[in-house]
Amino acid sequence: MGIAEFLLMSLLVVLAVAAVFMRDLLAATVVFMVYSLLMAIVFTQLKAPDVALTEAAVGAGVTTLLFVIAIAKTDRREEDV
Amino acid sequence: MYRQLALLMVLLVAGAILTLAVTDMPAFGDPGAPAHRHVAPRYIEMAYRETGVPNMVTAILADYRGYDTLGELTVMFTACAAVLSVLLGRKRR
Amino acid sequence: MTTVIIRTTARILAPFIQLFGLYVIVHGPISPGGGFQGGVIVGASLILLALSYDLASAEARAGHAIRIAMDSTGSLLFAGIGLLSLLAGGVFMDYGIIPLPLPAAQVRALMILLIGMAIGVHIMALVSTLFLHMAEDHE
Repeated sequence: MGIAEFLLMSLLVVLAVAAVFMRDLLAATVVFMVYSLLMAIVFTQLKAPDVALTEAAVGAGVTTLLFVIAIAKTDRREEDV
Repeated sequence: MYRQLALLMVLLVAGAILTLAVTDMPAFGDPGAPAHRHVAPRYIEMAYRETGVPNMVTAILADYRGYDTLGELTVMFTACAAVLSVLLGRKRR
Repeated sequence: MTTVIIRTTARILAPFIQLFGLYVIVHGPISPGGGFQGGVIVGASLILLALSYDLASAEARAGHAIRIAMDSTGSLLFAGIGLLSLLAGGVFMDYGIIPLPLPAAQVRALMILLIGMAIGVHIMALVSTLFLHMAEDHE
């Protein structure tokens, strides 16, 4: 595993943890979108361009939009439980 | 306190087992891996000759595994119909 | 509601996004991509129009009835091609048996292309419908 792959994978883990622990749900959605884009890059590196295209279009595009609509309809801050 | 320590131990043991299992996996792109020995050789040899489609992924998705794709499409159609019935039903009231 | 810059950019960009989506659908058998990915891209261009203008103008370009009709047409086209091979005397979804004046491999390639287009139409209608109906109350 090269340096670039290692950096990519560690960044993926950091982004995933950040998306879970973020209080601002809109920011968490954006972080999740960046995670999806990096995931698309990882899929390209694993020589699966079909999956990468799907991940970039669905994961980064449509899912983010649906999350944003859901946040706009409910509440932006996560409540303390 | 003891409960949390016990939980931590369980997590560590599970993580160790998973890490061990990962080191046992075949290398990336290994042609001898079990997943690449069952039906993959036949697809690689015959996909272009049988379907005339250079992109093997599309050939498998739409032809060899067409029934699966049809089921996938049905699932999405049903999901869309369910969401629409919920959203439009709320609007009418 | 939005600024002139956003609206102009979206208006110029949308045809190119749609063209790229159609390219991904039609080139599915040759290059990476296919009906699903291309359909999502074409649907995203409609969503872009809805976001930059308003929901009504996107609704005017592709109304509710048209979208539902496209959605159903895509699914029915897929199942219909499968049934076509059943009618021709083969197994369900065995396209090579369909009697066309072509070699069996090319008949299958043609049917794979048709199926890709069916999936593209279906997914395009589905994505835009989900977005437009979920965002309806929030102008």
